[in-house]
Amino acid sequence: MDFESIEIRWHGRGGQGAKTAALLLADVCFKTGAYVQGFPEYGPERMGAPITAFNRISKKEIRVHSNIYNPDLVVVVDETLLTSVDVTSGLSEDGAIIINTPSSPDEVRPLLQEYKGRVYTVDARKISEEALGKNFPNSPMLAATVAVSHVMEKNEFIREMKASYEHKFAKKPEVIEGNMKALSMTFEALGA
Amino acid sequence: MSMKDRMSGNEAVAFAIRQINPDVMPAFPITPSTEIPQMVSTYIANGQMDTEFIPVESEHSSMSATIGAEAAGARSLTATSSCGLALMWEELLVAASDRMPCVMAVVNRTLSGPININCDHTDAMGARDTGWIQIYAENNQEAYDNFIQAYPIAEDKRVHLPVMICQDGFITSHAVENIILNEDPDVKDFVGQYEPEEFLLNPGNPVSIGPYAISPYVMEARKAQEEAMENSKEVIREVARRYREKFGRGFEFFEEYRTEDADYIMLIMGSAAGTAKQAVDDLREKGIKAGVLKLRVFRPFPASEIAQALSPAKAVAIMDRTESYNGHGGPLASEVRAGLYENGSSVKALCYTYGLGGRDFTVERVYEVFDELKDMIENNKEFRQHRYVGLRTNSPEVR
Repeated sequence: MDFESIEIRWHGRGGQGAKTAALLLADVCFKTGAYVQGFPEYGPERMGAPITAFNRISKKEIRVHSNIYNPDLVVVVDETLLTSVDVTSGLSEDGAIIINTPSSPDEVRPLLQEYKGRVYTVDARKISEEALGKNFPNSPMLAATVAVSHVMEKNEFIREMKASYEHKFAKKPEVIEGNMKALSMTFEALGA
Repeated sequence: MSMKDRMSGNEAVAFAIRQINPDVMPAFPITPSTEIPQMVSTYIANGQMDTEFIPVESEHSSMSATIGAEAAGARSLTATSSCGLALMWEELLVAASDRMPCVMAVVNRTLSGPININCDHTDAMGARDTGWIQIYAENNQEAYDNFIQAYPIAEDKRVHLPVMICQDGFITSHAVENIILNEDPDVKDFVGQYEPEEFLLNPGNPVSIGPYAISPYVMEARKAQEEAMENSKEVIREVARRYREKFGRGFEFFEEYRTEDADYIMLIMGSAAGTAKQAVDDLREKGIKAGVLKLRVFRPFPASEIAQALSPAKAVAIMDRTESYNGHGGPLASEVRAGLYENGSSVKALCYTYGLGGRDFTVERVYEVFDELKDMIENNKEFRQHRYVGLRTNSPEVR
């Protein structure tokens, strides 16, 4: 990480794993020696309801305990949120937004309230279905977040994620390879 | 030796419980404290600790069973939040008046209504006059450190009172952050073995606990309780110093952040103190001499110490994450101002209610409070003494 700190806001729907992705990102960044914060905003917990999760990653100790209103990076795990949630609210023009969609950045830009910053799109569903045989957008969106934010170095991320999956899926080793493939396919798709 | 790790506040407390390995934990799940008994029961199932876990049918029962186990001579604890704490009401007073040195992890959540699962201090503040010691945490680290200090305070012969270790629901309980953990043997050594002097399962010395008392005895029992609470001040300090010597972290009654030359001081408890410290750094860069007094110990209430710390300032803001409906602020507002009066201080104070039902408290809201203090002093602007900060009308973050 060649910058002081970064603030990330995740938008997803209950059950899609945006919260898990934020906690996983905190987890892997911790391994680089950074100060980390990963937390969801809790409301009525229903499958499919819009949810928000947050990350602060910093070289300095993190003391603020509030949500993030001016993020450097926004990650949208479900593109149907683009028409109902103001996902670019407060997003830095020097920052970026990553959206899970088969569309191109130019195609989704009209839905982004005239946001002038960088727009990335990742077809996480396609990647996940190809790599895992199921639609789990989490791993591709996490890889895209690391690729765009440079919050940690790619090889270190891959190494840490492998260790993390091996721990998490100790009883389901068959899914480890698919998840690792989803990560590398995402880096390739983003040319990173 | 210590270990760098990252975990949520609930994980940190469960980790401390595993390290302490108390004798008995009765518990009933309630958001946002549910993870604590859940994680402890997993540790037990995995053979990492041998605490007797009792799944009970309500919080009334979890506190009753905690008292029963403690009275029998077992080191006991439970965890709860919000309505769970409210349902324990009668037993909280029984635990304290029976002088049970049990411990409770409280993950602060509001109480109805409107019904809501998020953080404020309404639950623990409702229990402020039950005779429990109350210690609050800014983050997962402090929740962990405070928990390890709980039994040495509670079980000290000068104290013999129950202790609540509080942290903010979701804001710290469910946020993953960096933490420094102590080694298991160091924690066991710090907490020590429990050696109760008088307990029910001791046939050599029969005692009765919790009997009826006729009027000629009740006041003396309460006075003894009041003296124990007063004694606990010294013990809390000693334990905090011993913890700091051994592990290098922590505060006694409160943390004073940039208050030494401060014109304006915000007194605040819990997770919002970190946000306030960040805002104070920002304001200092603009030349505004702001500071934060983060209160760690609410019971016993260190009134004189607070008064001494606040008196040199021009104005102070007293922040309550609850409402007392008395027309002039929450419990902190009342008690801090009583302490100021008692100590002959005439420092000006504004009392704020903030963060109810999980209303986000941002650095911008902290600036707003300091702006009002400054306006009161520099421009003689008059403000109503009891104020709300962060209402929808003037908070862009609320949508």
